Amino acid sequence: MGNWFTENGPLLGLALLDGIASAALIFMVAVGLNLVFGVLRVLNVAHGSLFAIGAYAAASVGFFAASAGLPAWASLPALLFAAMLVGLVLGPLIERLLLRRIYDEEPVLQLLVTFALFMILEDAQKLVWGVQPVSFSTPVSLMGTVDVPFGTDVIPYNTYQVILLPAVAVVTLVGLAIFLRRTLTGRVILAVTMDREAATAMGIDARKVFLLTFTFGAMLAALGGALSTPTSSLVPGIGASTIVLSFAVVATAGLGQIEGAALTALMIGIGRSIAVTFYPELEVVVPYIIMVAVLLVRPQGLFGVVETRRV
Amino acid sequence: MTLRRIELLLALLGAGALVLAAMTTPWLKFVLTIALAKGIAVLGIMLLLRAGQVSFGHALYVALGAYAVAFLAPVLPDAALLLPAAALTTAVVGTLIGLFVSRYREIFFGMLNLALSMVFYSMLEKFYHYTKGTDGIRVPPLTVAGLELDRVTHEWTIFGIALALALGFGAFARVYLASPMGQALTAIKTRETRLDFMGVSARSVLLAAYVLSATMAGCAGALIAMATRHVTPLLSYWTASGELVFIAILGGAGGVLGPFLGAVTYELVRVYAAATVADMWQMILGAVLLLVILFARGGIWGLLALRLQRRGAA
Amino acid sequence: MPLPFQLTRRTALAAGFGSVLLPASLSAQAPVQRPSELKIGVTTFLSGPASVFGVPGRNAAEMLAEEINREGGIGGVPVRLFFVDEAPGIDHLVGEFRRLVQNERVDVMFASISSGSCLACTPLGEELRKVTVLWDCGTQRIFEERRYQYAFRTQANATPEILAPLLYLMKTKPDFRTVAVLNQDYAWGRDSWEIWKTAMDALKPGTRVVAELFPRFGATDFSAEVTRLLALRPDVILSTSWGGELDTFIRQAAERRLFERSTFVLPLAESSLERVGRSLPAGHIVGSRGDHWHQHPRPANPQALQRFVENYRRRADAYPIYPTYHMAQAFSALRAAHAKAMQANGGNWPSDAQLAAAFPGLEFDSPTSRMRIREDGQGLEPQLIGTTVHTDRFPFAVMDKMVIFPPDLVTTPAGQNSVAWLRTLTPDMVNRVPDPISAAG
Repeated sequence: MGNWFTENGPLLGLALLDGIASAALIFMVAVGLNLVFGVLRVLNVAHGSLFAIGAYAAASVGFFAASAGLPAWASLPALLFAAMLVGLVLGPLIERLLLRRIYDEEPVLQLLVTFALFMILEDAQKLVWGVQPVSFSTPVSLMGTVDVPFGTDVIPYNTYQVILLPAVAVVTLVGLAIFLRRTLTGRVILAVTMDREAATAMGIDARKVFLLTFTFGAMLAALGGALSTPTSSLVPGIGASTIVLSFAVVATAGLGQIEGAALTALMIGIGRSIAVTFYPELEVVVPYIIMVAVLLVRPQGLFGVVETRRV
Repeated sequence: MTLRRIELLLALLGAGALVLAAMTTPWLKFVLTIALAKGIAVLGIMLLLRAGQVSFGHALYVALGAYAVAFLAPVLPDAALLLPAAALTTAVVGTLIGLFVSRYREIFFGMLNLALSMVFYSMLEKFYHYTKGTDGIRVPPLTVAGLELDRVTHEWTIFGIALALALGFGAFARVYLASPMGQALTAIKTRETRLDFMGVSARSVLLAAYVLSATMAGCAGALIAMATRHVTPLLSYWTASGELVFIAILGGAGGVLGPFLGAVTYELVRVYAAATVADMWQMILGAVLLLVILFARGGIWGLLALRLQRRGAA
Repeated sequence: MPLPFQLTRRTALAAGFGSVLLPASLSAQAPVQRPSELKIGVTTFLSGPASVFGVPGRNAAEMLAEEINREGGIGGVPVRLFFVDEAPGIDHLVGEFRRLVQNERVDVMFASISSGSCLACTPLGEELRKVTVLWDCGTQRIFEERRYQYAFRTQANATPEILAPLLYLMKTKPDFRTVAVLNQDYAWGRDSWEIWKTAMDALKPGTRVVAELFPRFGATDFSAEVTRLLALRPDVILSTSWGGELDTFIRQAAERRLFERSTFVLPLAESSLERVGRSLPAGHIVGSRGDHWHQHPRPANPQALQRFVENYRRRADAYPIYPTYHMAQAFSALRAAHAKAMQANGGNWPSDAQLAAAFPGLEFDSPTSRMRIREDGQGLEPQLIGTTVHTDRFPFAVMDKMVIFPPDLVTTPAGQNSVAWLRTLTPDMVNRVPDPISAAG
């Protein structure tokens, strides 16, 4: 065993680095979904569409900034701007027009409303951006690479992926934690997450909280998409594959748990990159194996709270 | 006449209408066979919905039934043997998985089913040398109870089997839902703790329904395999599971006719949407679903039942 | 949306509902009359990731149908197109196939991009006795596992499309000892690797495979794979990926200088060249699933190629990629077969069986060369492979040192199984590879 580690230690180090970079993106998407689910109790399938639209919008805004003659560094704030724009426009629109009508319905109906929305947005996205792959990689080229030593060799990594993405994820995680625990609005959101009935009984306007949380969740989904734009080409269907992974994260993490989402994203990201290095065949099923394993031990998810049974 | 008796009458009328449509329009026969098969799978989904549980992974059993047919067909090339074999396979797998997932509720139940179906989907692609990956497996021509059939007779036979199974499972589900086991399902949805106080194990109630639903989905898969004669991993993708839940809501979960009304409507809307705008069928289906949920919550069956009841009252 | 398709929309509904009421099987085996239009059903991807090929295929089909109709149609009859989306799955596709044949009464089907779709549609076309032209799918299994009377492929298949790049690599950069593969995890990715591996073991025994990576189909990040390949430093990296995944892989590999460490062989990269721009460096091997290249060095008819390229660019605002050429081949073959069948039938409109009988041995023009359909239904298509180079004329990498492989050299002989045939190849085969041609200007 010791032998195996001395032999493969450097490889394991590289896998960790890749894992952290991919975990950052997984976290950004999943945390928004988890937040929305925690507060609204709606599992939002259209979160994947918001991710995709955020990604496409980031590319469009980026191209626009470049054609307007803005310098290359402007591509980074352009990503953020695109995500805010998508979240602020689509978030309230979806919440007001659709979700508001179904809060009192069965969970399955709520879920299907978002599924229907997902189907509609999937085609709408095709109408706007077409089917040819779109890429916008200026931020990655801008930030260059860092060389990581590997034995006598060096492995170049994208600065964007191994430094910027994890940094944004950590800032988001810490920022969210402070916001939820230290500010009034945050505490109100937490209160609704923990016990909606008690919170509304104490005079909290749940509707306002829902609108705010959903808009915020939509912005996080779009930001996840925008941050993925510089490293990958956008094609129809990216929303569909993103949402399945995010679902797995949410169920593993425990509902509404921010830290749980971060830990789960790390486990999935690192698990997958280790799989690519040592057992490539397992890569695809890693998230599901982790999820099933966690739920076997902790049926409420990693950080989930056991709900009191009502009679 | 009570609604329950009207339901019976409507079922027979509906069956007659389907046969008539299939007779006059050859290509509809195939579409309706698929619709009936999906209706059977959705019937299983409906049993779980009664308990307030949504499986977002029942395409796993549809695909399992279909692949059971595809794998067994070379050694067992008869529909009369393959159908029970597929049912048995899915019942066994459904029991094993059911023992695990029946401990969970709501989102965990839904997500675990989703995860397991995605694992199955990945396996179908990974074990490429056995499953031929996304190319899928071709089902050879089948005999039915030892008889060799030409193409048209074969299509009619599969259609007939699908119709008979739909009626059979429908009748069974009606009896089952009215039985104490079925009543207990509804109790899981309202207040599960009360079942425990009565000494009834909620877990076994849910497990029984789960195994039944898996078996129905398996039969549906077997029928789809026999009708399309080609199976691919896409059958188990999560969107296929979503489609089953979609149909359940579209048809309405209030009665056993709902799933079949939903499935026939779904397939026809999809065909006509595809014929009108080949690249926008998804948007049309999504819009239909949205309208149903927002304005006709009981689904098609709900609308129909409401109208019938009003007429009965008048 | 162009005219032929609009007509479809309006009448499709009417025809569909009408036939529910009317018995459909009145015109069983009467002598065939010249119809008012020649209907073609086209199955292609209109949604999902593979629409990067499916939509250009549809664009080309619409463009060609308009051109044909302006010139008076096929056999004096205008053509009309019906499109079916392959993305929803086999049960929907097979249902639509039946509807088009039995209800719309199409005269011919152009089937499928995906191999799975082709494997499902081909036997169905045979059962319904409807001419089915396999316009784009690559699986070699179709004609090697069964014989068909109504199905024909108007392009090559996976075997020549993978063997040609391997032979090109052995001719131009023969000193490689280690190979790694990164393919999409689905049938094409697996099949193409099996073909490459089998051929390589026969042609260059002793070559070591250092990594076999099959990321999930639809993956959007290959960072971990790129790291693995950077650490392994294989001489050659093969990837038969396509679409957004190939674009992403090329960009991520370029950013992290993987192209400086290994020679890439990308048999489908012609379809990505324009999109990835100059990210793809010079000196790597690119193929196009045939001899499809808008700067083809020796087209049979330079004016025809130029016209095709310009017309397509005007319509779609992009250079044509291989599926558009494949679509042109399907139309060209149909036209030639129809003329041949009409001639054999004394100038009368051919029946389905007569049209099918015209395909074996048929010769027709592709946008770049003259092609033939073999007796077993398989098309014989040349393969063009080249090495990337950057020039001032194009904002993206183009091909240089191009080798055009004659189909006889790289296609599995009729009646043989591809894998078995590849095992019989010997290293001296490389000597029969034609000399490279340099790009003009």
